[in-house]
Amino acid sequence: MNPMSSPAAFDSEKMSLSMGPSHPSTHGVLRLQMELDGEIVTKADPIVGHLHRGDEKIAENMTYNQFVPYTDRLDYIAPLANNMAYVIAVEKLCKLEMPPRCQAIRVLTAELARVSSHLLGIGALAIDVGAWSVFLYTFTEREKLYRLFEELTGARFTTSYTRVGGLMRDVPGGWIERVGAFCDQFPPILDESLDLLTRNKIFTDRTQGIGVISREDAIAYGLTGPNLRASGVPLDLRKDKPYSGYETYEFDIPVGTVGDSYDRYLIRAEEIRQSIRIIRQIISNFPGGAWYAEDARRIFAPRKDKILTSMEELIQNFMLVTEGPQVPAGEVYFEAENPKGALGFFIVSKGGGVPWRLKIRAPSFCNLSILPKVCVGAMVSDVVAILGSLDFVMGECDR
Amino acid sequence: MPDTEATTVLKARFPSATDRASADHPALAIPAADIPAALKCLRDEFAFDMLSDLTAVDWSSAASPRFTIVYHLLSTTRHDYIRVTADCPSDAEPSVPSVTSLWPGANWHEREVFDMFGIGFAGHPDLRRILMWDGYPHHPLRKEFPLAGIDAPLPDAAVAAETNVNLKPAPMAGGPFVASAGEINLGAAEPEAKDESWNEGKPKPE
Repeated sequence: MNPMSSPAAFDSEKMSLSMGPSHPSTHGVLRLQMELDGEIVTKADPIVGHLHRGDEKIAENMTYNQFVPYTDRLDYIAPLANNMAYVIAVEKLCKLEMPPRCQAIRVLTAELARVSSHLLGIGALAIDVGAWSVFLYTFTEREKLYRLFEELTGARFTTSYTRVGGLMRDVPGGWIERVGAFCDQFPPILDESLDLLTRNKIFTDRTQGIGVISREDAIAYGLTGPNLRASGVPLDLRKDKPYSGYETYEFDIPVGTVGDSYDRYLIRAEEIRQSIRIIRQIISNFPGGAWYAEDARRIFAPRKDKILTSMEELIQNFMLVTEGPQVPAGEVYFEAENPKGALGFFIVSKGGGVPWRLKIRAPSFCNLSILPKVCVGAMVSDVVAILGSLDFVMGECDR
Repeated sequence: MPDTEATTVLKARFPSATDRASADHPALAIPAADIPAALKCLRDEFAFDMLSDLTAVDWSSAASPRFTIVYHLLSTTRHDYIRVTADCPSDAEPSVPSVTSLWPGANWHEREVFDMFGIGFAGHPDLRRILMWDGYPHHPLRKEFPLAGIDAPLPDAAVAAETNVNLKPAPMAGGPFVASAGEINLGAAEPEAKDESWNEGKPKPE
């Protein structure tokens, strides 16, 4: 297993190695301070916070809708899913139920974001262990998704698509059909890309049995998302705590058996297929009706044509812009099953348009906290495979 | 929130535990000293096996108790959440017992709360800053810390000595237009540029 370990006769001294914050395999600005015995990691201390922007402080100083663009910059690989998780938390505080069309659009965009995020996760893992070409295939598909996002929201990355009580706007004409066309052409390309990895001897050698996380450890460290399920815990909030109408769709939750890097890869691959399955169900049964909560007069802005022609609506809009959506006092904690894991928002409101405290429970932060445990005993080159398979985003970890 | 089995048992076992107003999950307020025992009971007897989140709330320097620690536990088998809160006994030197021995994942959460609020965790194995750098003098999520930031020395003393500069508050002139939490009062709640360092009338300090 470990040909480099030195016999007792050698008097070897340990060396320290700092990986990052600018290192291709640390996917952003993670710094890993390691102590090595030869090629074996004996101690690892992740140093996070290089991308800390004080999002929680900022949230305490602005109205609820003003904070939506900041959620784009958490997990910037899947901004649409963050937008949705944040506004659902605020809506739970307001006890607002969204109409079916709004829920369906949100689930549709969140699942597209999941496909996009997992494609990047798989592509980046493949690069980290030396397979360049997969990344090129998956990035081509992500580019198609970005065109759809741009058409829907006006932005490729920073979508800011949701509002408390609804959405920025309804889906444009023909967009749903174009999502359907994407779903039709995508699965064969996905299979082709995954075939480059799944039974690839080099890839399996680099990932199987590497970075094994036991079921107990995964729970104790608060791992969520594909990283938790790869360790054999069948927890998926879309199934177990359904929100936004997830209970109406049929999909399966893949669960791993070993908990190694390879299992995490397989889970993501299968989740992409399940997401496409959900998207197809939404498209085939796309609800009509309102795309925002029509009875939420102090929360969601009135229609633009009404604002321009009616005094009542003009005042309502003015109050919303200046004071923010009127949210009752209380505390709420909501977690959504995002591509990286459970993204949670804990909001303390004293009433009015600005939260008193907003805590972001970032899945990448919790997922990275297991590194000091899982890296020990691995070779330096395996650390790269572990990091790649954990699929984290520092924008979300550091907030 | 109606009582669940867990909250009933916990209130019986810890007589000073009280219900906490909540609209979503069962919630209990427990004295800080009882927190490790109460969370252990929830973990071992009621299958709240995952510490989903651990954070703090600053109720402003005028309030007492000023700081509240908030735990959110999730059961990975029954899929329920429970919220447990603990007021910090001291406002000047807040501290609560650490729960790292129950969940190793609490390590980073407690470091973050220490970093952002300056709340100590007794029994934490490695309590140091996590998001800000070691040696940073402030606790940014305390309510008296301004949005723009405060003067602080650079992290690297050698660089600071060489360049003779330190960190300055962000310019707030012309925006962002920020609003304050609290009661609905158009005059007070209207978003304004909170200028804390310099503006058109007051030159930028060099």
